[in-house]
Amino acid sequence: MDSVTPFIVLSAILFTIGSVGVLTRRNAIVVFMCVELMLNASNLALVAFAKQHGNLDGQIAAFFVMVVAAAEVVVGLAIIMTIFRTRRSASVDDASLLKY
Amino acid sequence: MIAFWILAPIMVLAALGILFVRKAVHAALLLAVVMLSLSVLYLVLEAPFLFAVQIIVYTGAILMLFLFVLMLVGVDASDSVVETIRGQRLFAVLGGLILGVTLVLGVGQISLGTVVGLDEVNKDGNIEALANILFSRYVFGFEVTSALLITAAMGAMVLAHRERLTPKPSQADLAAQRVRDYAQTGLHLGPLPPPGVFARHNAVDTPALLPDGTAAEASVSRVLAARGTVRSAPRDVEAVQRSIDYAPDTIGDKPEDRTEGGSD
Repeated sequence: MDSVTPFIVLSAILFTIGSVGVLTRRNAIVVFMCVELMLNASNLALVAFAKQHGNLDGQIAAFFVMVVAAAEVVVGLAIIMTIFRTRRSASVDDASLLKY
Repeated sequence: MIAFWILAPIMVLAALGILFVRKAVHAALLLAVVMLSLSVLYLVLEAPFLFAVQIIVYTGAILMLFLFVLMLVGVDASDSVVETIRGQRLFAVLGGLILGVTLVLGVGQISLGTVVGLDEVNKDGNIEALANILFSRYVFGFEVTSALLITAAMGAMVLAHRERLTPKPSQADLAAQRVRDYAQTGLHLGPLPPPGVFARHNAVDTPALLPDGTAAEASVSRVLAARGTVRSAPRDVEAVQRSIDYAPDTIGDKPEDRTEGGSD
């Protein structure tokens, strides 16, 4: 049977791309999408390890990550909408009132 | 494994695309590519239930929510390329590279041993096996999840709800406001001008012409203006004029007559 290492490597690459996206993008919605990408990458690693070890705990963990991600997206997008409504911009640079 | 080697480059390219595309809608579509490929990889990894959940929850629900919010936020929500903190992008890419190389090298170094595989566990079907664990060992987490979901729904409702602070303006109020604006700032009292009607184009993206030949800005939708697809009517009119003046027989046949006034 072939190894799951390529899946783990792919998950690491996707996680890295997601983290770079969070750091570089300005649009709050795109930043959020990159967070989703990181969650997906970690899910891939969990499912791959579930196959590696031959038990389903990894898949259950991935399932819970999906549930939490769904809840997080709902609240996060509501916050972004509220910010957009008050400042007419979805840029993360504009929401900087806590700095002053 | 063939599926993996086909999908992995696609996923990495699509994920890199999210970093580079300017429009948020394009990023959402690239994310959909990544998520759908990921669901196929779940199938390869013997997780048919997660395959379905990935498509239904991620691609179906979460991504639709993203697109929905993008539509609400508006078409001009493209990312600015201005760097607010100097060198931030460079350091982010550098840090990302270090993280990626460390992770990949680290994972490459270790040997995971032989793959046990899920054939034994999935004997009675993947969904049954998952349900057995979920409703026995993880039943508390499952219950907490329901609390989390209802909290999230409440939170979204509270955040998205806006209390009306002033009474809703009636039609009489709006009319009075209109006349007041006219008295104070000279704002046009009547309705907005309709877009220009020229036989050669879809008229809604072509501004109407004022008596002096200039385009009436108010006659095209603000959204079209933000998208940059408003045609320049005067040039069209000039083109028609020219073709009438010089070649009455070949209106519309000459390629230079088809002025594409878009993009600015």
